[in-house]
Amino acid sequence: MDLKFLEFEQPIAELEAKIDELRFVGDDSEININEEVARLKEKSRSLTKTIFDKLSAWQIAQIARHPMRPYTLDYLEVIAPDFQELHGDRMYADDPAIVGGIGRIDGRAIMFIGHQKGRDTKERVRRNYGMPKPEGYRKAQRLMRLAEKFSLPIVTFIDTPGAYPGVGAEERGQSEAIAFSLYLMAGLKTPIVSVVIGEGGSGGALAIGVSDRLLMLQYAIYSVISPEGCASILWKSAEKAEEAAEAMRITAANLSEFGLTDEVLPEPLGAAHRDPSAMAEIIRNAILKHLDDVEALGIDEMLAQRQARLASFGQYKEN
Amino acid sequence: MSWFEKLMPSRISTEKRTRSVPQGVWIKCAKCDAQLYRTELERNLYVCPKCDHHMRIGARERIEVFLDDESQEEIGANLEPLDPLKFRDSKRYRDRLSQAQKSTGEKDALVAIAGKLLGRPVVVCAFEFKFMGGSMGSVVGERFARAARHSAEHEIPLISFSASGGARMQEALFSLLQMAKTSAALAVLGEKRIPFVSVLTDPTTGGVSASLAMLGDVNVAEPRALIGFAGPRVIEQTVRQKLPEGFQRSEFLLAHGAVDMIVDRREMREQIADLLAKFAHQPRPAA
Repeated sequence: MDLKFLEFEQPIAELEAKIDELRFVGDDSEININEEVARLKEKSRSLTKTIFDKLSAWQIAQIARHPMRPYTLDYLEVIAPDFQELHGDRMYADDPAIVGGIGRIDGRAIMFIGHQKGRDTKERVRRNYGMPKPEGYRKAQRLMRLAEKFSLPIVTFIDTPGAYPGVGAEERGQSEAIAFSLYLMAGLKTPIVSVVIGEGGSGGALAIGVSDRLLMLQYAIYSVISPEGCASILWKSAEKAEEAAEAMRITAANLSEFGLTDEVLPEPLGAAHRDPSAMAEIIRNAILKHLDDVEALGIDEMLAQRQARLASFGQYKEN
Repeated sequence: MSWFEKLMPSRISTEKRTRSVPQGVWIKCAKCDAQLYRTELERNLYVCPKCDHHMRIGARERIEVFLDDESQEEIGANLEPLDPLKFRDSKRYRDRLSQAQKSTGEKDALVAIAGKLLGRPVVVCAFEFKFMGGSMGSVVGERFARAARHSAEHEIPLISFSASGGARMQEALFSLLQMAKTSAALAVLGEKRIPFVSVLTDPTTGGVSASLAMLGDVNVAEPRALIGFAGPRVIEQTVRQKLPEGFQRSEFLLAHGAVDMIVDRREMREQIADLLAKFAHQPRPAA
């Protein structure tokens, strides 16, 4: 498998290449290949661990955007194999940058809504790089209301660079589409659990992220603006993205310290794309646990707690 | 100059254009170049008497000319911003804050006041664009939420005048979450059927436009205000084409169905008071 190693993973990549070479040497060699392969594999594991133990915010951002990183539909395939996708906003179009539909985990029907990026160039363009337009948010709103109507809990997967900044999106009311999603989710009478699986990009992410519980994958990021965008405005140079990523505290660990996320889900060694099914299993179990907790509250208490949670966001001084 | 003004230069000419004439006596209209006498312009609510260009005005002036003079009570005046991230770019956030506080006389970018509009008790919020581009940090969100709560508790309408570049990057995710917080406060108001009128003024973009500003029961815009989700420069870079004339201006939003009406600043009091009276099944209030 071509893992597409990132720059800071080069030492691992070299080691893995060596292991691959050894595999081709065959049995006729003098030295014991199997022992050597096992030794190198162990070395690769510990090297990966060393590198991943001290990733910078910018390196984590690159993992969150990794071209091999599992996307919403990849996880759904594993955790809800009977997922039926539901399309369209009934007003204008079906936005492929947001997918939604109903699937079961453990026999429980759940409304899933998530951003969706594409894997190859053609698919990436079709999914608009995971950047939704107003019709995407309006589809999400429709599916949320549908979930409320039939008492289905909602699980959202967040993974977008942001809402699409284009002429058509503005004409069709990108601002209103996001604003109304926030408004709707604040009072929706069904449990909502959100999981940031990759990139949590600004308002375009938050628009499906107002929830009773917010979970983040270990190498996911969540921020008010992309590190590049922040750098080009505040540092006047997109090259300073690394500093901006650090300053904005975008990683799951940072946000957990501020109490802004309820649980950080650990990723397999070398990040989610190294073992997508193990990651899916962790996500599945976390979803079930948090849904149980929220459902146990009853609707009234759940809504009261959601309102209190939303009202508590922010840090200020009161004299 | 704040980062936002650099990004999106103010259409009111400030230092550069007025420096040639004695400070404060004459003001040149940025649209029609007319030389205007300040006191006359003030009387005209900073709308150019020659071409009706609506200049930007500060939060307190805005509220002052909108509300009746009597019985005003400020909400959340005791709130002050913090720097939870110890944020630093080319300057420290702390320094940017104290500079903005000094130059505007405000603690943060939103002012909220309970008072009366043609006799009807209301709560009014206004963004101070000169305070870091009217950006929405924790204090702005909390003041807005308190204003909405005041309005819910007293069952009186809420009116907001937005003028903001969006989120305050220096407060990072805390800032983003103010979008959810303010929208949730409005959801409570909506549930109680208390009117919220959102007035979008020049400019209203980003996180403020994509939350509270677009959630009015009635959305009103001032003439020719820049209103949009993404700033024109970002869109131009993304789509790599020149944007059409009038793109993202109030008239464009009206044509595309995003705002209910465009109202001249000089008629704002009467128009909104009349709307609120209609929602309350009452006759037109006397001006």
